[in-house]
Amino acid sequence: MYTQALDTQGSDSSPVDEAVLEQRFLARVDAEEKIEPKDWMPARYRNTLIRQISQHAHSEIVGMLPEGNWITRAPTLQRKAILIAKVQDEGGHGAYLYSAAETLGVSRDQLIEQLLSGKAKYSSIFNYPTPTWADVGAIGWLVDGAAIMNQIPLCRCSYGPYARAMVRVCREESFHQRQGYDLMMHLAQGTPEQKRMAQEALNRWWWPALMMFGPSDANSTHSGESQRWKIKRFSNDELRQKFVDFTVPQARFLDLSIPDPLLRWDETKQRHEFGPIDWTEFDQVLKGNGPCNAERLAARRNAHAAGAWVRDAAAAYAEKQRRRSATLAA
Amino acid sequence: MNTPSENSRHWPLYEVFVRARGGLDHKHVGSLHAADARMAIDHARDLYTRRQEGVSIWVVPSKDITASDPAESESLFEPARDKIYRHPTFYEIPDEVKTL
Repeated sequence: MYTQALDTQGSDSSPVDEAVLEQRFLARVDAEEKIEPKDWMPARYRNTLIRQISQHAHSEIVGMLPEGNWITRAPTLQRKAILIAKVQDEGGHGAYLYSAAETLGVSRDQLIEQLLSGKAKYSSIFNYPTPTWADVGAIGWLVDGAAIMNQIPLCRCSYGPYARAMVRVCREESFHQRQGYDLMMHLAQGTPEQKRMAQEALNRWWWPALMMFGPSDANSTHSGESQRWKIKRFSNDELRQKFVDFTVPQARFLDLSIPDPLLRWDETKQRHEFGPIDWTEFDQVLKGNGPCNAERLAARRNAHAAGAWVRDAAAAYAEKQRRRSATLAA
Repeated sequence: MNTPSENSRHWPLYEVFVRARGGLDHKHVGSLHAADARMAIDHARDLYTRRQEGVSIWVVPSKDITASDPAESESLFEPARDKIYRHPTFYEIPDEVKTL
């Protein structure tokens, strides 16, 4: 609600005031109070949130593409209806998150421009292709599963609008993961060909899903402050570990194997040990050199351009109505 | 004349309020952009009621909302804190007095 009318706090306050305000801000964060849009916040906190929330929103929007690819070819009417509902949810999640980012003083147009120009980042996972129907299942099970792991702690994030958006997102995300697992279960229990298809999809998505948690803690640039500000509650490695521990038994139930020869249960540590992640691949995909980066951006740009006439027509109609009611009132 | 000005192409922001069930208040659920109020209702239906979350929607242009200033929250809300006599539990009534 505060976006366009947001009076950005001027930089006319003295450094002493800033220090006092920051102390008060940190005390509120420590006390688990929520920070709301019109409250004072350090500029770094605001910028970190704008970056994180907008990247998250872009990820939801671009995330519609790999699965949208399969809507017209879903094997049954029910699967098709489920997939449409899921993709629609992702669009909705993008919209909740853009709204949350806007409360920090950035406009929707700016955010969209950043995505379309290629300046903004989004989750590297959506730059991988979906060559078979089983990929739709693997995405729901693994990608949405990893997303939930990341997003549940965000429901308690110190920034109110982000936390509230995440509550809504998490409520819907569980359906995404379960429909994916259900799809994989059907394939894994189907014909040998179907089972092989499921296994190959798991092979394709396992490592990219682990990369979704971001760089390992030793190399994570933004983690320290984010944890201090209670934007982030757990480290990348903690969440990744939890995901592996949850997912391995689920794969076992499907009688599919995780594509990691070094994966083993460590009895003393009570957790799975897993092989090293190929961070060169992660960096390459982030830099724009993943298998589908160019394709995804091109699809977004085309959609934006193709929808321009609809936006213009709606705006023209709204203006006509306004003018007409102004004339009637006169 | 039918070409919208740059200004009107920028769809305004609306706040969305949803009544979950008959008998309940409308509750703020979030915001969205729309060209006009009618479109805001349609978008709100798609965005906030995909799982039967509501039976009625209000949309309000965000710019028309006047909010209290957090800097004034002390002077606005503190004075109520020491008026504990506004609560029924402030008064001690003997046990033998019933239905009070």
